[in-house]
Amino acid sequence: CSAPLKTPSRLKQCIVKLFVQPSRGLVDEKFIILVQKAPPGYQLTVHALHKCEDGHSWEAFGHYISNAIGTVNVSEDPSLGGTYSGVEQMGLLWSLRPVPGSKPGLRLRKMNVQIPMEVTISVYQGHQTEGFMDQVPLASVVVERWYMAPGVSRIPITEDGLTATLFLPPGPGPFPGLLDLWGGGGQLVEYRASLLASHGIASLALDYLTPKITMETRKMVDLQYFEKAYKILEQHPQVHGSSIGMLGLSLGTSITLKMAAYSEVMKLRCAVCISGSHVQPVDGSMEDILKNADRTRVSEENEFIWRDLLLPVPSDLAFKVDMGRLKCPLLVVVGEDDQNWPASESAMDMKEMMEQAGNSHLLTVLSYPNAGHLIEPPYTPHARASLFRSMATREKMMALWGGETAAHSLAQEDAWRKLLVFLRENLYSGTNPGTPSLSHL
Amino acid sequence: MMDRKQCIVKLFVQPSRGLVDEKFIILVQKAPPGYQLTVHALHKCEDGHSWEAFGHYISNAIGTVNVSEDPSLGGTYSGVEQMGLLWSLRPVPGSKPGLRLRKMNVQIPMEVTISVYQGHQTEGFMDQVPLASVVVERWYMAPGVSRIPITEDGLTATLFLPPGPGPFPGLLDLWGGGGQLVEYRASLLASHGIASLALDYLTPKITMETRKMVDLQYFEKAYKILEQHPQVHGSSIGMLGLSLGTSITLKMAAYSEVMKLRCAVCISGSHVQPVDGSMEDILKHFNKNADRTRVSEENEFIWRDLLLPVPSDLAFKVDMGRLKCPLLVVVGEDDQNWPASESAMDMKEMMEQAGNSHLLTVLSYPNAGHLIEPPYTPHARASLFRSMATREKMMALWGGETAAHSLAQEDAWRKLLVFLRENLYSGTNPGTPSLSHL
Repeated sequence: CSAPLKTPSRLKQCIVKLFVQPSRGLVDEKFIILVQKAPPGYQLTVHALHKCEDGHSWEAFGHYISNAIGTVNVSEDPSLGGTYSGVEQMGLLWSLRPVPGSKPGLRLRKMNVQIPMEVTISVYQGHQTEGFMDQVPLASVVVERWYMAPGVSRIPITEDGLTATLFLPPGPGPFPGLLDLWGGGGQLVEYRASLLASHGIASLALDYLTPKITMETRKMVDLQYFEKAYKILEQHPQVHGSSIGMLGLSLGTSITLKMAAYSEVMKLRCAVCISGSHVQPVDGSMEDILKNADRTRVSEENEFIWRDLLLPVPSDLAFKVDMGRLKCPLLVVVGEDDQNWPASESAMDMKEMMEQAGNSHLLTVLSYPNAGHLIEPPYTPHARASLFRSMATREKMMALWGGETAAHSLAQEDAWRKLLVFLRENLYSGTNPGTPSLSHL
Repeated sequence: MMDRKQCIVKLFVQPSRGLVDEKFIILVQKAPPGYQLTVHALHKCEDGHSWEAFGHYISNAIGTVNVSEDPSLGGTYSGVEQMGLLWSLRPVPGSKPGLRLRKMNVQIPMEVTISVYQGHQTEGFMDQVPLASVVVERWYMAPGVSRIPITEDGLTATLFLPPGPGPFPGLLDLWGGGGQLVEYRASLLASHGIASLALDYLTPKITMETRKMVDLQYFEKAYKILEQHPQVHGSSIGMLGLSLGTSITLKMAAYSEVMKLRCAVCISGSHVQPVDGSMEDILKHFNKNADRTRVSEENEFIWRDLLLPVPSDLAFKVDMGRLKCPLLVVVGEDDQNWPASESAMDMKEMMEQAGNSHLLTVLSYPNAGHLIEPPYTPHARASLFRSMATREKMMALWGGETAAHSLAQEDAWRKLLVFLRENLYSGTNPGTPSLSHL
């Protein structure tokens, strides 16, 4: 049946209905998409459209056939094609890609976490692959995906020369705390910390590459910068000072491991390292850690592959964190197709070092085949490559992150679930730090 | 500071952001087994007043309380009441009397803080630290619903359009004698797929400026706005009125040459009015019998007798035999403000005599009062009301017993939505309503 026309006749009764539940959910919640009242055995395309903060449009779509009662349930029925296939409840989000004609190298990142991501879900007639914007859908709803649960407070932190944002869960507290670090792209990226606060962990997103103080003085921060951030958390009246963890992705892993192994000030309850490495000059500053920019490879599509920069993993102990010094549980997450950092090789070496040192009971490694570097919160659209401003060269270059979209998206879901369990168990645990409850991961 | 104990109670509410008419599930976990707990709701409304509700529970063998399955043993509600924390909200102790909770800004949600306290408490919640606390948002607009102020043709109205290509069925939404532009029911209906126009007809800009009441063409203009809207299906327009809004709705449904209504809904109102009267005539008619006002023991004004007895003189009630569209009438049997029950019975009789009673469905709720609102709206048995006639603020008795009234709101809303969907989307002739399963 065609889209209802504005005619003097009655509204056609076979009007297709579309429901998405919840219509307002957290970014890491699943939704159920139901199409009803289509003719039976009818070809339909379920389509998602998102206009991101910088004005670019992203879309995803799946091809379905309605069942005998004219229903499509995206969580139960297989997509027969489109930007994803098979039974993929959340495929319309993780397979989002820039619409045809977009500039290359885009990556979807929410910078303003106080307003939700809006996605328009529509149903079109037939199995379509393009030209959606020129057609009238059979039905359309809007879904909001929120990065902050109701009641989460967002508190900009500028004291002690920090550029950071603290997200506090609602309620009396006290809450466990977490330092949240992203990678070499810099900026103050809040969306993971806001999500973790939505799960009950007071989280501090920290800009350590492009903070105000660096922009003004042209000097990189020192290692005390991170200890100041830790102290902000530790001394906060609503944070439980002896339940603070640290999470770092990419370059953030380098800082996290350094702090976990060497800091006299930080008493971390646990640490999470995503897509990173322990390889760094042990006595080095931030600048030292960023050296070695010339061992780059280039892919066939002119994407820069930086994974070799730190390879081979050195045997010289001056150039990798002494993993034997770790006293807290450590969760290491790696994508085996990471083209940006040698995360897999590093994880293997970390494991060896800890086995030799006798503290490998602290270590859990989650290794995902065909996942790339950017292991983000679940349903984040996969970017196999994107434009990246290298801190070393200050130029925008196309970086190859790696990963095959469906496998990478599955990895994001699985890693997030396990990360939350790991954090809850270790930040809330009543036992000594050092005896992690990880056996069921 | 001592280590926070590991048995820290956990509290979850799903969904944390829902529409005002959606249910939520409240789960308390990790309490000690057999533990006395109070689940508490706190809401600070737009005019700054605080409202609270609470239920007394005992955790089960695994330390869990599920508000949708476990009984409240006391508090502002009792028994298994999934949504009791909303509909039993009442002003906190010390509040001024006669408050009524009404959301005026529908673009931002209602925020409710749900907390768990130790023990079975009845007061002093604000002086204690709860075991756990979350915030829940209750929204009046689904994502993608557009809010469009309407000021053309001298109207004071707001149109709410559902998201999507349309066209959508339309609805004129009228409230009662308190006036103002009240948007929250229209915004909710748009969230359910009906393009709804909330209309201020007692205190619109034009009346405030000219001091003259609107005429009946005002409503026809509103109808035309809907009918001509490119995203509204012009032959699928209904009308809904509560209280005085019922009087207008029935007048239009029976007598308007311009309005071709697909269906009508009348809540807590009456067909009694001077048939050839204007707005002013209708209001004057009600005041004729002002001496029949009664006052309760608590000094609350009871106005139901002003229109009683239902007249037999056909000049003073809408000729129900003229109705050609399905009509849903909703009444609370404890309505102390309008004689809604008596009117419904008389309407039924008139329609049976005229041969069009197949169009009529009456939903009659024992112990429900006058203010039959969207579900989970806190029940106000009485509240301060500015009478259009006297211009004074008086304590009006609306009636209703809270638990029964709240049940009525839920049931009536569900049936109202079914009625509207079936009649506004129906492929059959208007005149053969599909109501049998209500």
